Amino acid sequence: MRSLIERVIIAFSWGSVVLLLSALFFMLGYLMYRGAGVIGTELLFGKIAPIDALLLKRQVFNGLFPAVMGTFALVLLAVGFAVPIGLAAGIYMAEYCRGWSRQLPTVLFDILAGLPSIVIGLAGFSLTIILHRFFPGRLGPCLLISALAMCFLILPYLIRSTQMALESVAPSLRLTAPALGATRLQNIRYVLLPARLPDILGGVILAIGRAAEDTAVIMLTGVVASAGLPRSLFEQFEALPFYIYYISSQYTNPRELQMGFGAAILLLTVCAVLFVTAFFIEQAISWQLSRE
Amino acid sequence: MNIRPGFSVHIFRLAAFGCAFLTIAVFGMMLFLGWPLLSSGQFFVLLTREWLPSQEIYGIYPMIAGSMTIALLALCLSLPISLGTAFVAATLAPRRLRKVVLVTVRFMAGIPTVIYGFVAVFLLVPFMREQLAGGSGLNILTASMVLALLIAPTMIVFFVNGLGNVARSYCLAVDALGGKPVQKLLYLQLPQAWPTVLAGIILGFGRAMGDTLISLMLAGNSIAIPRGVFDSGRTLTAHIALVLAADFASMEFKSIFACGLVLYIFSVIVVILLRYLTGALVRPPG
Repeated sequence: MRSLIERVIIAFSWGSVVLLLSALFFMLGYLMYRGAGVIGTELLFGKIAPIDALLLKRQVFNGLFPAVMGTFALVLLAVGFAVPIGLAAGIYMAEYCRGWSRQLPTVLFDILAGLPSIVIGLAGFSLTIILHRFFPGRLGPCLLISALAMCFLILPYLIRSTQMALESVAPSLRLTAPALGATRLQNIRYVLLPARLPDILGGVILAIGRAAEDTAVIMLTGVVASAGLPRSLFEQFEALPFYIYYISSQYTNPRELQMGFGAAILLLTVCAVLFVTAFFIEQAISWQLSRE
Repeated sequence: MNIRPGFSVHIFRLAAFGCAFLTIAVFGMMLFLGWPLLSSGQFFVLLTREWLPSQEIYGIYPMIAGSMTIALLALCLSLPISLGTAFVAATLAPRRLRKVVLVTVRFMAGIPTVIYGFVAVFLLVPFMREQLAGGSGLNILTASMVLALLIAPTMIVFFVNGLGNVARSYCLAVDALGGKPVQKLLYLQLPQAWPTVLAGIILGFGRAMGDTLISLMLAGNSIAIPRGVFDSGRTLTAHIALVLAADFASMEFKSIFACGLVLYIFSVIVVILLRYLTGALVRPPG
């Protein structure tokens, strides 16, 4: 009886792996099959010469260039806001925060990490409404609000990865600099952070991936289907994931649908590149740790 | 560094407690903006009423039912597959293959949600429409199937960590007694790791409840209480994303804050359960 159960479990487990992986490859294969034809400069720039678009001489109307630039600006701003704050908070949690005051922020960061992204988006949107009450007519949903909300979304990941990185420093290394008379801050700045920089970098890359792909946050805080290139922090913008979402329900002709598939492949490629980078950094870390 | 040490500590502390405070502030902001609805209709009444704007009743019960149905169904579809894959990735496969499976699963976790939804709209929805359900093809089952695929990597990674954390001496003992991998898995690792497995299930459920795009793109978004898996449904998250077009002063608009509060409270419960089960920090998914 037992051996029968064991055999069933083995067969079932391999079956589920096959099912999961075939679903994945079927999905990716379909995406490539439908979208491979449109990959090229025309996908990004439409009929306009790439060099003119890149130098902002002419506007791109039927290409993904504005959406790509919108996502790029958004990620740059969000990560730019989030990295210093996340690093500082992570350093505080790992090195300074002790005793009872440690519990509350830890639980709150867990909650923040678990909040659905639409709730973060709603928070950003609430912020615009509240700001609107105090400064009527000044600020609507815009790139800045989106970036702030996105920053808030990725913060817990950065805090957690920084905290875990610093806490994983070997005690012998941790105590060396203080034993030589270094202050706590010098120890962090010159020993602990450099020793665990790859870990932190891995966390940042994952955060970039998260900021590039999340759609729910920006949906409520300022992304629109057509806005052209992002010109100012206080204007609405386009973004790649939102474009894909928009096309899936609102496409009017086969050409637009094709561009949707192209955009999906583009976004997938960006995320895959980030994933592979983070993966190699992680491999390098574990290789380094195994040598120590 | 020329900065006084005391000063930088203040900056670090400000960053940490600032983020912590903002997490609470999010709740406060939603409470503040949704207050007119909450104070007039009472929060708990709101949770149990239907959505009848013509009678000025803005109950969010249909959305709660929609969210729960879709998330539970997704969990039921995803759990067996995730457990099976975790078994293979943790123990059953040879070492090299384990790693390949695990890396592929983690890559799946990195694929943007919108891409799952996009492919499903053109692949699964026509299939549903023509072969299974009829109608528009946008229904609870469609959304749950894609959501099951989406939450599987989160759960698998969690399960594999739990199964792999069983004390090495125990594993060696089973090996020394001549136990097969499947026996080690069933009689040692699974009983030892069950709190982690339970935590993984809760985490998966939390992700399923919190996802916006899949249900928004695939569940049909009708606002009636769902009666079956082929019905169209609307989730709390999709409701927030959809009502934005409405007038800012209306009660209809205010209902999104009630949805936000419910989702917030739900994620707090998930976090508390997870901390209780694992007895330690829970890493964010992904």
